[in-house]
Amino acid sequence: MARANRGLTILTIVAAVGILLAAWLALVAAPDAAGLTRDETFAQRIIYFHVPSAWLSMLAFGVTMIGGIGYLITSQRGWDNVAVSSAEIGIAFTLAVMASGSVWAKPAWNVWWTWDPRLTTYTIVFLLYVSYFMLRSAMDDPARRARFASVYGIFAFLSVPITFFSIRLWRTIHPVLFDAKNFGLSSGMRPAFFFGLAAFTLLYVVLLLHRVRLEQTKEEVETLKDAILGA
Amino acid sequence: MSANVPMIELRKLTKAFGSKVALRGIDLRVAVGESLVIFGPNGAGKTTLIRILSSLSRPTGGSVHIGGLDLRTHADGIRRYLGVVSHAPLLYDSLTAEENLRFFGRLYSLPDPEPRVTALLERVGLAGRRADLVRTFSRGMVQRLAIARALLHDPAVLLLDEPDTGLDPQAAEMLHGLLAELSGRQTTSGDGLRRTIVTITHSLERGLAIADRVAILANGRLVYEAPAAGLTPAAFRPLYDQHCAAALRNAYQTRPGNRGGG
Amino acid sequence: MNFWRSVMAIVWKDIRAELRTKDIFSSMFVFALLAVIVFNFAFELRVPDMKMVAPGIIWVAVSFAGTLGLNRAFVIEQDKGSLAGLLLAPVDRSAIYFGKMLGNLLFMLVVEAILLPLVMIFFNLTLLTWQHLLVLGLGTFGFAAVGTIFSAIAVNTRAREVLLPILLFPVLVPVLVAGVKMTGALLDGETFSSLSNWLRLTLVYDVVFTGVAYLTFGYVVEE
Repeated sequence: MARANRGLTILTIVAAVGILLAAWLALVAAPDAAGLTRDETFAQRIIYFHVPSAWLSMLAFGVTMIGGIGYLITSQRGWDNVAVSSAEIGIAFTLAVMASGSVWAKPAWNVWWTWDPRLTTYTIVFLLYVSYFMLRSAMDDPARRARFASVYGIFAFLSVPITFFSIRLWRTIHPVLFDAKNFGLSSGMRPAFFFGLAAFTLLYVVLLLHRVRLEQTKEEVETLKDAILGA
Repeated sequence: MSANVPMIELRKLTKAFGSKVALRGIDLRVAVGESLVIFGPNGAGKTTLIRILSSLSRPTGGSVHIGGLDLRTHADGIRRYLGVVSHAPLLYDSLTAEENLRFFGRLYSLPDPEPRVTALLERVGLAGRRADLVRTFSRGMVQRLAIARALLHDPAVLLLDEPDTGLDPQAAEMLHGLLAELSGRQTTSGDGLRRTIVTITHSLERGLAIADRVAILANGRLVYEAPAAGLTPAAFRPLYDQHCAAALRNAYQTRPGNRGGG
Repeated sequence: MNFWRSVMAIVWKDIRAELRTKDIFSSMFVFALLAVIVFNFAFELRVPDMKMVAPGIIWVAVSFAGTLGLNRAFVIEQDKGSLAGLLLAPVDRSAIYFGKMLGNLLFMLVVEAILLPLVMIFFNLTLLTWQHLLVLGLGTFGFAAVGTIFSAIAVNTRAREVLLPILLFPVLVPVLVAGVKMTGALLDGETFSSLSNWLRLTLVYDVVFTGVAYLTFGYVVEE
């Protein structure tokens, strides 16, 4: 495994610096939001992590679907490696979205949890991909696992927008108590916000590359183990 | 070989389940009208081979041509000409014998299935039980019906995986007569057409009785191929043991070296 | 057309087998009925009017019963390897999908047809209008479309029956939300035209997932 990848090492370092810079921009450099209480002002800074995490989880699950389609068309295991790696990262960021959302919701809405459309959708998204991994773990033959997981990955991702619309429609009949969109970004916040978005996306790419490499190594170990211990 | 185009042609066929390799490069030609019997110990890859030939499983590498058509691209067309008897009977428990055959007759778009169903049920000795549920059948009767099912659409190629499993001696006799007719060797009965038959078994006696040609599959490779004429079970037995043992020894010796170090 | 002949042959075969054993139908129906009765006990003391919770009860009972039925759909194909028998036939893979899917849909609709009058009597509601039936039918269609392919997946895993509801319910959320909402609105006496958003959503769901299942079913059943 002499293909220790210099490009990947550099990319990893750039991503790390980017995330640190994004954290500094978000926590120190960005101005306070106007017209909020003290607690809300602190909590508001979560937006710099919350929104990028949400974007990343969707990007990651989208990549899982594309990996699935690629696998079904080509039967190349590399596609499945990308799909499963991306789904893992996606589920981590989904948890990050829900956790950071709760931290913000407490001072802003005075509850940790509410059946807000987005929050509810994310809970279901989380469950969708928990199911995705349960499905994967219920099979031994890697080719079958890849096929089934690819199909489920497609269904799961396509159901996300429909689920979101259904829950939003469901809520609009009831009085809408809270509207998550009610804090626009002032011009001073924008650099921190968009830099954060870019840094997180780079972080995702780096994580994905590492995770795919790990999966490839796992595969090689499996092959070697079989070669030595018998067919 | 009479015709130049073989009925079945395998080139460098491989199949792997993840890192487990079942078939390691099989080259094989079966002529039109030939009856090939493949022997092999358990785990040699016999069933995997039949599953690939019957289009149920895709090969990892190499190609399969049946009747000159590539199985990868023409599976739908080829299926019409394949009859398969597999490990599992491929039947429905909650349907009667004739309902099972009628159902598959419709899937194969047979124009007038009824006489064919009746004739086949008679041929395999189930005419008296035709309206009984498959659930109530013994293992041997299920196997007879499975054979009838495989012959329903009069396939040009028959793929048989241990076809006499569970059959009593008379039924095994019936099957062998049937196969002789289908291959066109039995000229006193049958329609004289020569169908291609590939049988897989680990019973040397029964296999040799129906073979034009024999092959031995061991550890995912075809290690022996010869015409069956003149081969007796007594003469074939030591050959078979020797080839299986050699394949095993080979596999053991090459295992750690051939992939780790290159 | 050959395609639909094969589809109908598969549906006919499933109906024939089911009429003989009544395995799937009886367990689905009894389970649905039990669900309704259990919910009645669970809600009765705290809910002033059962009309408020009836839509939820109906849809949950139908979903549970449907899951039970779907599990059987491919288990019977596996018992004697008959799915392989279908795959060996010169039949389009999607014909197998539609055959199994229509069979499942039919079984669910029959269960609903018997369950609905009982729920009407139990809770003193009016449910047998064409609006109610259309809503229920559209939702059940989506359920069967997704459920059939997931059932083919689940029976080929180690967990088998246990896995199906776990795969199915997160994807079914839109159908359930829309179904409960529409049945509720109809019970509250709202006009049918006020449901157009929900109807459109359910239709989109049905079309999208039937299409995806049509395209991917071959990959599920073929190795």
